[in-house]
Amino acid sequence: MTKDEVKQVVLDIIADIAPDEDLSKLKPEVRLRDQMQLDSMDFLDIVMELRKRHGIEVPEKDYPNLATLDSCADYLTPKFNALPSKG
Amino acid sequence: MSLSRIVITGVGLTAPNGNSLAEFRGNLLAGVARIARTEIRYMGPLLAGVCNYDPLRHQKKKELRVGTRAGSIGIYCAREALADAGLTAEALAKERTGIFIGITEHGNVETENEIYAISKFGYDTKFWSHYHNPRTVANNPAGEISLNLGSTGPAYTIGAACAAGNLGLIHATQMLRLGEVDFAICGGLSESIHTFGIFAGFKSQNALAHHSDPNRASRPFDKARNGIVISEGGALYTLERLDDALRRGAKIYGEIAGYCVNSDASDYVLPNPGRQAECVREAVARSGLQPRDIHIINTHATATPMGDIQECEAIRAVFGEGCPDTYVNNTKSFIGHAMGAAGALELAGNLPAFDDRVVHPTINVDELDPACALPGLVLNRPRTVDRVDTILNNSFGMLGINSTLIVKRYAR
Repeated sequence: MTKDEVKQVVLDIIADIAPDEDLSKLKPEVRLRDQMQLDSMDFLDIVMELRKRHGIEVPEKDYPNLATLDSCADYLTPKFNALPSKG
Repeated sequence: MSLSRIVITGVGLTAPNGNSLAEFRGNLLAGVARIARTEIRYMGPLLAGVCNYDPLRHQKKKELRVGTRAGSIGIYCAREALADAGLTAEALAKERTGIFIGITEHGNVETENEIYAISKFGYDTKFWSHYHNPRTVANNPAGEISLNLGSTGPAYTIGAACAAGNLGLIHATQMLRLGEVDFAICGGLSESIHTFGIFAGFKSQNALAHHSDPNRASRPFDKARNGIVISEGGALYTLERLDDALRRGAKIYGEIAGYCVNSDASDYVLPNPGRQAECVREAVARSGLQPRDIHIINTHATATPMGDIQECEAIRAVFGEGCPDTYVNNTKSFIGHAMGAAGALELAGNLPAFDDRVVHPTINVDELDPACALPGLVLNRPRTVDRVDTILNNSFGMLGINSTLIVKRYAR
């Protein structure tokens, strides 16, 4: 997966957990929490949905890596690419 | 001790056959029941009363995603009741407002959902939602209402099985009289149709209604009744001390005349007509009334073969034959048994009778069970009567909790 594809995966999750928000203007380099209503429970939703939908585990010590869309892509892309092939 | 007079100044509700008091009342007078055949997890299609209010009227999508159905029903009813009372959440004295919500049960829906969800992941509990606990704490629906309204006074639930709707109003009356709050949002709610467990439990008890026509399934007092139709719903009221209501020129639906709550202390599920009669008699006495002064008795009867007979026995013991102006009806024949909402919804459906003097009927009675043949029973068609100054509302529940609430016409 490319970093852009991973960003889209994260955006799809955020669209579900923050359905009232307009995500079209999210800046990838700015902290998500500074651009939208996102509390700690919502943040746990991102972690849970990565686990449920994609089998990706994010240990608690790594949560800061999910601060921005860019940092999500940097952190998660290698994890996605390390997943066992579904084919 | 002189007690403050407490009045009802607003009503917000959702029932299977109405999302406002006007719509609900209209359907009760027109004989319109609304029971659906709906899919219940693990069990298949079953009869249930389903509400179709618009949840996005008062909630954001995110609130709906995070919260519970009971919370959503509560928010809808609370906001509608406030609007009906001519108030807004923003105008409330937030720290002096109490939210007291009767519930039959809470949390089963959310726990079942989580168990079902982790079943898709080999029952690995790391997939268990972090929202499970805030969704299942017993105060959840009241807490969700307080969050939505920004109301900072006491907000909690009262667990009272199917007597709960009355208990919400009774507790609010007490809190207003104690001066603990100046304004109360109170009543009862239920999300019960979203838990298979309650259906399976009644089924195992042989107490779940069945009928080829869903709208004919809930038939209290009919000889062919065969059990309960489970429903969701809610009815919340705004209650105020009379002086406060008059000061702000509020519309007054009625005044709390009296109430009683007692316990059978005899069985987990079987009602006790002796204790029920004591409850009714005590509520009438505390209201400063005689049985003949009661004009409408709204029964709890759920259409179980024994339960209906026992309530009728209790009513007969208190009212006998000497109450020519007393009429008896039942609302579950239209909407099924809305559990924690039942008492509150059933009272609401009768309140307009203070204005129109019409007693809504008990429908679906093709052949009256002789054991339920009370004098004054209003069957199948509404009845216009000479006076309606008092409404007595019975709500009883498992573990032997009985409640009777009497509301009277407001008079200076």
